[in-house]
Amino acid sequence: MLEVTRLSSRYGRIPALAGVDLSVGRGELVALVGANGAGKTTLLRVLSGVQPAADGIVRFENSDITGASPRQRVRMGIVQVPEGRQVFGPMTVDDNLRLGAFMRPQRETNAGLDRVYALFPALTNKRREPAGTLSGGQQQMLAIGRALMGKPKLLLLDEPSMGLAPRLVAEIFATIRALKDDAATILLVDQNANAALSIADRAYVLEVGRITLAGRGDELASHPRVRQAYLGL
Amino acid sequence: MSAESLQFVAGGLTTGAIYALVALGFSIIFNASGVINFAQGEFVMIGGMSAATLFASGMALPVAIACAVGAAGIVGLMLAKFAVGRARRADVVTLIIITIGASMLLRGLAQIVWDKRIHALPSLSGHRPVELFGATILPQSLWVLAVTIAVVAMLSWFFGQTRLGKAMLATSYNRLAAELVGIDVRIVLLASFGLAAVLGAIAGVLIAPITFVSYDSGVMLGLKGFAAAILGGLGSFPGAVVGGLTLGLLESLAAGYLSSAYKDVIAFVVMLAVLLVMPGGILGARTSARV
Repeated sequence: MLEVTRLSSRYGRIPALAGVDLSVGRGELVALVGANGAGKTTLLRVLSGVQPAADGIVRFENSDITGASPRQRVRMGIVQVPEGRQVFGPMTVDDNLRLGAFMRPQRETNAGLDRVYALFPALTNKRREPAGTLSGGQQQMLAIGRALMGKPKLLLLDEPSMGLAPRLVAEIFATIRALKDDAATILLVDQNANAALSIADRAYVLEVGRITLAGRGDELASHPRVRQAYLGL
Repeated sequence: MSAESLQFVAGGLTTGAIYALVALGFSIIFNASGVINFAQGEFVMIGGMSAATLFASGMALPVAIACAVGAAGIVGLMLAKFAVGRARRADVVTLIIITIGASMLLRGLAQIVWDKRIHALPSLSGHRPVELFGATILPQSLWVLAVTIAVVAMLSWFFGQTRLGKAMLATSYNRLAAELVGIDVRIVLLASFGLAAVLGAIAGVLIAPITFVSYDSGVMLGLKGFAAAILGGLGSFPGAVVGGLTLGLLESLAAGYLSSAYKDVIAFVVMLAVLLVMPGGILGARTSARV
């Protein structure tokens, strides 16, 4: 579904990605692990079109989208949950979710809202409250819910568990697993490599802008280098 | 309240409403782009000058006003597209300098297209003052207040209920997230300049019958509107209205009870005081909300 070939990107003159090859198949949950500054977020930014690719090709459903605008990609079904949640703080939970459906026909909106509130019951009685007043966990649910409102074919998740209490981390990962069981296609970046690898079908290890390891999730979880570098074992 | 002070209050609210409209323009553009548009006053001038000359050339007053507001809107869109949009990768300070340059250009063009003379626009419903509790109020003042109230109501509907309005608000709260849900931030930039220009021009055609209009009458109104936006809190729409009315009242009362020589000083003293004491303004909270 998504094929990335020799993708490079840079901030000014500083390279952030140096020839990344990666693919995500339909219905797969692919995890991307790596240290801070390895380029994980940059890769997702390039996939969403908010950061230009310096070189390489991004193909989605067999069409070249390397130069497509963020808007076109959302319309095609590539939707990102950005790092740090990035909710529209002063706007209500409801408005945040409705904006998630910005590129969808308006008649779908109410069904989408029902689906998100069913998935995250904690948000239901906060519908009219400003998103900025929610707890970190609830904001993360809102950020995921907002992305789901865009009916993603490919969901990009950037650090969904960052800064959350362990119980909430478990909850977010349970949600991601539920989405996967619901046949969603997901590319997941998370510092919690252990949890990410345990639910992933396949995974990649990104180091200073390059893919250095790739394999099945459980394979990588038991790979000595991964264990040492990212799992703290 | 004595008739005299009522007179000052009525005058203050009239100019205050004009400042509020200009301040709203500053805040709309600031929210969309982080830019302080120093060409905002020129939109006021273009509105007033266009309406005055179109009316003088024989056009009916309402049609002349509509055309003038439309023309200013187009100038606003062109400013966004050709000056600010082109330099989108430049930093905010550069963009602000571009707007200063654009304001000089627009003033220069106004001297060529029109002239350096002072123009008048007739009032919307005559010049016979209305007596109200001993104060004499120009009918145009009532028009200014009524139109400002209508404009504020329409803006709150636009930003609260419509898709484009909410998209513009969302972009001001979080540009990255707005892009990631598919909002075209270039359209938001265009819309904000167009809207700000229309508001400025409305202010221009409302005030022209009271103070007249010339190629450089936008300078002072622009600066006062900026002071009002700072006073209320740059980026806050209720703040722009509160700031505008407060500034208008302060000016009018100072001119009435102290000396009219100090009228223009008030705005800038207030702006300095706000920046020193509470940089966020009366209703602004944007800076403190950024963690």
